[in-house]
Amino acid sequence: MIASETILSVKDLRVRFRTLDGVVEAVKGINIHVNAGETVAVVGESGSGKSQTMMAAMSLLASNGEATGVVDYRGRNLLALHKSELNQVRGRKISMIFQEPMTSLDPLYSIGNQLIEPIRRHRGLGAAQAREEALKLLRLVHIPDPERRMKSYPHELSGGQRQRVMIAMALANDPDILIADEPTTALDVTIQAQILMLLAELQRKLGMAIVFITHDLGIVRRFADRVYVMRYGEVVEEGEAEAIFVNPQHAYTKMLLAAEPTGTKAPPPPNAPVLLEGRNVEVTFKIGGGFLAGEPLILRAVDHISIRLKRNQTIGIVGESGSGKSTLGRALLRLLPSDGLIRFGDRDISAADRQAMRPLRRELQLVFQDPFGSLSPRMTIGQVITEGLLVHEPTLSGRQRDLRAVEALREVGLDPNARNRYPHEFSGGQRQRIAIARAMILKPKVVVLDEPTSALDRSVQKQIVELLRKLQADHELSYLFISHDLAVVRAMADYIIVMKQGKIVEEGPTEAIFSNPQASYTQTLMAAAIDVTRFRLSA
Amino acid sequence: MLRYVFRRLLTAIPTLLVIVTMAFFLIRVAPGGPFNQERGLSPEIKANLEAQFGLNDPLWLQYVHYLGNLLRGNFGPSYNMPDFTVGELFARGLPVSIQIGASALILALLLGGLLGTIAALNQNKLADYSVIALATAGSTIPTFVIAPVIQLLFGLTWKLLPIGGWGDGALLNKIGPVLTLALPQIAIVARLMRGSMIESLRSHHIRTARALGLSDWSVVVKHALRGAILPIVSFTGPAAAALLTGSIIVETIFSIPGIGRYFVEAALNRDYTLVMGTVVVIALFTIVFNLIVDVMYAFVDPRVRYD
Repeated sequence: MIASETILSVKDLRVRFRTLDGVVEAVKGINIHVNAGETVAVVGESGSGKSQTMMAAMSLLASNGEATGVVDYRGRNLLALHKSELNQVRGRKISMIFQEPMTSLDPLYSIGNQLIEPIRRHRGLGAAQAREEALKLLRLVHIPDPERRMKSYPHELSGGQRQRVMIAMALANDPDILIADEPTTALDVTIQAQILMLLAELQRKLGMAIVFITHDLGIVRRFADRVYVMRYGEVVEEGEAEAIFVNPQHAYTKMLLAAEPTGTKAPPPPNAPVLLEGRNVEVTFKIGGGFLAGEPLILRAVDHISIRLKRNQTIGIVGESGSGKSTLGRALLRLLPSDGLIRFGDRDISAADRQAMRPLRRELQLVFQDPFGSLSPRMTIGQVITEGLLVHEPTLSGRQRDLRAVEALREVGLDPNARNRYPHEFSGGQRQRIAIARAMILKPKVVVLDEPTSALDRSVQKQIVELLRKLQADHELSYLFISHDLAVVRAMADYIIVMKQGKIVEEGPTEAIFSNPQASYTQTLMAAAIDVTRFRLSA
Repeated sequence: MLRYVFRRLLTAIPTLLVIVTMAFFLIRVAPGGPFNQERGLSPEIKANLEAQFGLNDPLWLQYVHYLGNLLRGNFGPSYNMPDFTVGELFARGLPVSIQIGASALILALLLGGLLGTIAALNQNKLADYSVIALATAGSTIPTFVIAPVIQLLFGLTWKLLPIGGWGDGALLNKIGPVLTLALPQIAIVARLMRGSMIESLRSHHIRTARALGLSDWSVVVKHALRGAILPIVSFTGPAAAALLTGSIIVETIFSIPGIGRYFVEAALNRDYTLVMGTVVVIALFTIVFNLIVDVMYAFVDPRVRYD
């Protein structure tokens, strides 16, 4: 690699936040530099301070935050600049895109208006010229029909398109450095791949340096020239990307690299009984309609899907957002009204009402994605876990319930003494364990796991996957594992159903699907998620 | 959009009918009538009056007559002010109340919005605490305390303003009542604005605007303020309906000939037609202003669509 000029160097940067619990140091004196035209990745899990480092460099910290040290951009210390001088650099020389494409654009202004504003501000162009520039930018980021899109509002665009618009805004003034803070985390895998390819293409065309802030080692491997690994506000390892992947030095880096879930699940014996079966299941939603409002729109979220879940089997349901995978899971548990036949064991439950379903609920459990929202903040862990027992085993005494809680917590690898504490005292991974314990305490037969690992860091994901596997082996559980994350599904499921727009596009045993995907949609998904070809070869 | 407005106006008709019906029968449930006064009229005169105004007819017939008149825009005669019809009373009083109320509303929106914005931009600093203190005072001190204090200070002590009276609508005569009416509203608007502005300033697209190096003016006014204004817009609907139909306290203390006093006076005197007229006017104002607010919403926020 050709040595090039260092354009940004962060020296002894510290970021502190004043909180109710005192001063929290999020970044503890780190040193980072960026050379012209290169791609640097700052990697770490949540809470590592990777985002706050770049926020501090751009003076975008929350009002209770404070940064000390030096952020040197071409000889000027950004932290010491007056705001008006800083605004000559921000958005012009250094620009930034964010994780949340849904909320990072102003919902009240058209795309054109938002694109034109920074162009006019930094380049002093007239309205007509700025408009031409904006159109050029939309073409550059491959937005179809840019003339029309100029007049669109953010809510009329998909997540991927919004991220493209964000990129266009960031590139409006031909920056030296583009900071991308988890730019693809909130997007579906196929869209992620498109955005990453776009960034690579733009970098080739425009030659700016890119700083990737990410937890996704796949992105780092494909993109980065150099890597900084952060943990607890410190850089624990830095170096050339190749070197770090081939020969990591620090124990934490090694752990991160090994955090991809591994292993496979053997299919159940062919004579295993079918526990939960759906035949031609269909779920429709009505949108709009009503008094003087005309005909409602009918949306078919699940479109004639048949599925057979055997004892001790894990079926992975894979699809992008809006594919209907969660809706299918809920319909099979009769939590949503649906058409078609649903059988549990040898009972037809297609028409069972709430009353009739109640005794079956203990055998059909559900674990949600969001470990923060799904636990009541005002109940202790013990109360959360044993609440189901009050309904399903009302004869148990308080002491017996407590014993069951101890047993369930031990089973999911938590200290049983924690049962008198409240959910906010636990980390995301621990909360997901609590949610699993809440399902397991009822000794269910079928558990629908709706994106149970999506909100967690990779290293924690791996632990949860291992826990779920162990529980399945111990209790002969059947899982319906809903996820968009192919790496996790591969490790968990022995059978896979790929869904798109409410329909099954492909299904089969896991290895067959992964080694030889038939449908072009499945191939796209695989390529987007598994492929490790580098987009950008080191010059 | 036009279709939406039309639909809303159409649904307003049954709403109004329900309000009119309920008010009509409720006031009749109250004991006494318009001609039971302390001095007492001789039975013959009372009977004559009641016959003349149709008060002896069965209640349902009176109701039908009233609705018929109302449809023709006729609110009927006032029983206690026999020289005037209810329509004439409104024609004189409503412009007065609207002038005072509208001025107070505009003052409240501008000053309250400004104070709230200043507080939000200086969250947890002196300016913020001052605005909060002012807002708390404004919404806790009742108007019947504020009004006499204004009269005392500006009228008697400093002799800057007239103590009361309408003065044929002279500007100086309006200042006292407008201020009194506006103060609690300023407090409410400032509070609302502060809250929604703080939230707006924290949103992701404001971070984007800052990251793009936009000027403070653009970040605050163009991006943050427009988003923060939505709760104020919703507040304006009911507030306008309440303010423009007058306030009994302000109109009584400052001796202003608005319509605010009519509601209470008419209800106490069992002046049936005047009560009904006031109910209809207030209901109409409420419906129309809420409709205006919903239409405004669609202009401020492109995500709101009516069709």
